[in-house]
Amino acid sequence: MTPALEISHLKKRFGGLPATRDVSLTVMPGERRLIIGPNGAGKTTLFNLVTGDLTPDEGSVKLFGREMLKLPTQQRVHLGLARTYQILTLFPKETLLHNVVLALLGLDRSRWNPWAYLAGQRRLYDAARAALVQVGLGEIAERVVGETSYGERRRLEMAMALAQKPKVLLLDEPLAGLSQEERKQVRDVLNAVPRDVTIVMIEHDMDSALAFAERITLLHYGEVIVEGTRAEVVADPRTKEVYLGE
Amino acid sequence: MTRRLVALVLVAAALLAVPLVITNEFYLNLASQILIYGLLAVSLNLLVGYGGMVSLGHASFIGLTSYTAVLLLNAGFDQLTTALVAVAFSTLCGALFGVLALRASGIGFLMITLALGQIVWGIAYRANNLTGGDNGIRFAARPQPFGVDISSAPHFYYFTLIVFAVALFFIWRLVRSPFGAALQGARDQPRRMRMLGHNVWLIQWLAFVLSAFWGSVAGLLYVYYNLFISPHAISLQQSAETLLMAILGGASTLTGPIVGAIIITLVKNVVSTYIDRWNSLLGAIFVIVIMFMPFGIVPGLRQLWVRWRRRAKTERAV
Repeated sequence: MTPALEISHLKKRFGGLPATRDVSLTVMPGERRLIIGPNGAGKTTLFNLVTGDLTPDEGSVKLFGREMLKLPTQQRVHLGLARTYQILTLFPKETLLHNVVLALLGLDRSRWNPWAYLAGQRRLYDAARAALVQVGLGEIAERVVGETSYGERRRLEMAMALAQKPKVLLLDEPLAGLSQEERKQVRDVLNAVPRDVTIVMIEHDMDSALAFAERITLLHYGEVIVEGTRAEVVADPRTKEVYLGE
Repeated sequence: MTRRLVALVLVAAALLAVPLVITNEFYLNLASQILIYGLLAVSLNLLVGYGGMVSLGHASFIGLTSYTAVLLLNAGFDQLTTALVAVAFSTLCGALFGVLALRASGIGFLMITLALGQIVWGIAYRANNLTGGDNGIRFAARPQPFGVDISSAPHFYYFTLIVFAVALFFIWRLVRSPFGAALQGARDQPRRMRMLGHNVWLIQWLAFVLSAFWGSVAGLLYVYYNLFISPHAISLQQSAETLLMAILGGASTLTGPIVGAIIITLVKNVVSTYIDRWNSLLGAIFVIVIMFMPFGIVPGLRQLWVRWRRRAKTERAV
């Protein structure tokens, strides 16, 4: 079977500082993969290399067997890649609904239409509303992002990514900064994502993340230290050494 | 919605009635000028307000269109061909300028548009046998669209009003279209827009081309109105004034730049007959407006209106 995401020998240096050294990673379709590692291990850098925000020095990134390194970010998105950000990047003056509509427009031909009335596009708005309902924000769809809580914005990030019906979804710390109650809501959303979506997640909250992930990759100083099933990685002494701090 | 429609009908009626009320030719011509500069400012505002790309070279489209029109008409082409080719050529130059300017963003973008505007000005100023240099060059006569003579002030006003209304309608549609939403998204969060599948560069370039197109249409009206073009019309001062119109009136709105165009054109042409230092007055107006209405006149007045209504409502409740 062709892997959903295949990263091989990826390298990236910032000046003299190697952020990613020779990372190889294979994620199969439908898999839930967790990437862990201490601060500065190069987790977000890895995501930025996959999405095209950064250009690697060497290596290859394949989405369902297709090399993506030469493609600009937006084309990778059209091939089925989506991500959420650790630091929220939303459109704060717009409504939640409009935020999701912008996400849907990104993959819709009508985004080049300079004549149609956007607010009259039922198809887009219905799909956007459905995505918001999916993450439990249906009630406040008309609210402006600036007037929502942090937890609601996190879920909006998820709604924007899920609305695009991606094949591979990259989640950068989706639980960061959330209360216990909000964590549960996000976990429920994640658990409900169908299996035709492959999920790669960076997360620090080990309790939630461990329960969710099937395979775990441990990054340290830009290298893959340990990789395996949940049980294998947790049991590995190197995990305890660099991450669990025991 | 219906209230807005009523307001629109009232404004349209008022604009149509202008030549009936203002019989003085000087002031009627001023109204035509306001429409021309209003269109120029609105077209620039597609970039500035909706695209977040501040340009200091927009007057170059007046020059590119006007000089092309003069040269073509003098070469013996008919008015229709002249108009179409002049606007097309100027828009094409805009497309090229867009490619160059979009190499950068922010201050870099501003500097490149400034440089491009100065190049156009420099060519107009230096290429004596083509452009007449500093003396400028005459445009033979206004066209007669569908056989209608537009040489008189009222007729030209109506002609300008029609072009202005059509242009404004297209730009209004664009602003609330999917493309308009993408343009505003690219202004606020370019990186996120890419990650949502939008081609940010192409969005911004298309906006640049459209802005150049409507700027060129304003340029055509300019040369019809003045029947003359010289480098003074396309100097940095003109580009800066156009930008000022957009910002003074409120770059975040469709109508703001028109309000800006009204104020600046009136100060330049009317107040300047009474006050020598009209430039200082313009500066003072700008400073005062920005101090009390940092987002410009139209958004500022809207805010006041909302506050006033809220107060009226609470008083009624008491």
